Amino acid sequence: MAAAVMRPLARGDKMQVKWVDGRATKVVINQFIKPNDRLTSFERLEIYNRQYWFRIRQCFYEDYPGLRAILGDKQFERLADAYLAHYPSESFTLRNLGSRLVKFIEGEPRWVSPHKQLALDMARLEWAHIEAFDNEARPPLKTDDMIGLDAAKICLQLQPHLTLLELKNEIADYLIELKKNSGLRSEASNAMEQNHRHKKMGRAQVMKRKTNFLAVHRYQDLVYYKQLEPGQFRLLSALQNGATLDKACVELAGLKISGDPGETIQKWFSNWAALGWFCSLESSPGKPQIRK
Amino acid sequence: MPANPFNNFTDYGIGIGLRVPHYDHILSKKPTVDWFEIISENFMCDGGRPLKVLDQILEQYRVVQHGVSMYFGSSEKLNREHLKKLKRLVKRTNTPWLSDHLCWGSVDGRYTHDLLPMPYTFAAARITAQKIRAARDFLEVPICVENVSSYAEFHVSEMTEWEFLNEVVEYADCGILLDVNNIYVSSRNHNFNPFDYVNGIPAHRVAQIHIAGHSKFEKYILDTHDHPVIDPVWKLYERAIQRTGRTATLLEWDDRIPTFNEVHDEALKANQFIKRLENKTIKP
Repeated sequence: MAAAVMRPLARGDKMQVKWVDGRATKVVINQFIKPNDRLTSFERLEIYNRQYWFRIRQCFYEDYPGLRAILGDKQFERLADAYLAHYPSESFTLRNLGSRLVKFIEGEPRWVSPHKQLALDMARLEWAHIEAFDNEARPPLKTDDMIGLDAAKICLQLQPHLTLLELKNEIADYLIELKKNSGLRSEASNAMEQNHRHKKMGRAQVMKRKTNFLAVHRYQDLVYYKQLEPGQFRLLSALQNGATLDKACVELAGLKISGDPGETIQKWFSNWAALGWFCSLESSPGKPQIRK
Repeated sequence: MPANPFNNFTDYGIGIGLRVPHYDHILSKKPTVDWFEIISENFMCDGGRPLKVLDQILEQYRVVQHGVSMYFGSSEKLNREHLKKLKRLVKRTNTPWLSDHLCWGSVDGRYTHDLLPMPYTFAAARITAQKIRAARDFLEVPICVENVSSYAEFHVSEMTEWEFLNEVVEYADCGILLDVNNIYVSSRNHNFNPFDYVNGIPAHRVAQIHIAGHSKFEKYILDTHDHPVIDPVWKLYERAIQRTGRTATLLEWDDRIPTFNEVHDEALKANQFIKRLENKTIKP
């Protein structure tokens, strides 16, 4: 039954009339579903088949307004159906429905052609937004906690809700505008989805192609997209990948840093600590945590 | 006094489902509401605004958890990680009981996010009951199972839906969340008398009752939770409380959600049936 419920719909949002092995679907379904005086077995199961797709499509629409604006309604719907057929939900919550979308687009860019890079950027940003919204926030480190640490031995961990992004297009402001007035998605008890008609959305205006760096994070329960300088991005990425503080700073070699580099980097850390981005101190493997 | 052994919360009164469009109204106006039911999955996250809102609600109101993804009827084992997250939430809300549906919805780790009907067989009842017991032992909170609305029936079924519900709750020794709207919807879709259902369940196990609205189509009724409760469903509710006594009652409204006051007023209509009941002798 699950195979029939989750099978992609045919044109007109109908259940497919041929089963995977070439038999008529109605013959397969007649074997286990009873008809009644108004509906055939096929029609009864079709209700569930349609509801499945209406529900997950609706969720996908709510989670990816930016991608929908880039692709337009028809191409977005084709992408959604292809992705959700390839990667059905493996989580108890619909919140994780888009967790493999970036991977899917990278592997099958034809679904977003000719907007591959723009679509990838937007999919990354929209997933980062979901992560920032309700991922864990651990107790943050304060600036004072970091004073006097041995940079060669300290690994700073970043908050689980923080995602660092290198994007090829400037899309953050556009997505912020789109997300205005959007609410929290929620799951409902036993309620079946009607096939919601979505308000047509014009295609996104051309967004400027320019490499830019973002930290998508949560501060006081609101999601923010913070622009980063290239050096900031490299430093934070290295820390996020587990580098010790001194090794992370090596990433800055060759980059132009305004003013006195030492003072500038100190200001960066001070600012990031104020935003609560650092959540724990770990000594590098095999070495005890030592203060100078 | 509790009306039955599975219903120690007879004075819980009339609640409504906590829904996002009402957050601002509830937090700013702090209306008097007997209790809120939350969908557990909406708060089984690790941080952020959902949990902050929940904590604010918990400061003011009684909250009961209702789940949509435990899938007691799925053949696979309960998901341990899911249970751990659920238990964390149970500790946070201090829910006096926890409900989920008598249905299945996942296969081989893939989730339909739907509440699929079960084949009403003795074997399925045993497996389902074992999972309910396992969940209760892990979560350490009383569990109630809710009857779902359905649109399909299986050839292999060996009994009626209410007989199946009886089998499951007896084996599991658990409570029932009786959804009288779901009974009505299923009765129309499967041609049975909804009063046979209400009269056929063990009244002493009913810990909570759900009421809701639905949508009528040409050949079937869809449980959409987007309308007021219709009179035939109120009649079923009246019969249900004649059998169960005063029972915690909750209105679900999940789509095209009107203002908080409209939803709450609709829920409070249940009071007229409770009052009528209290003026009569109860005949279980």
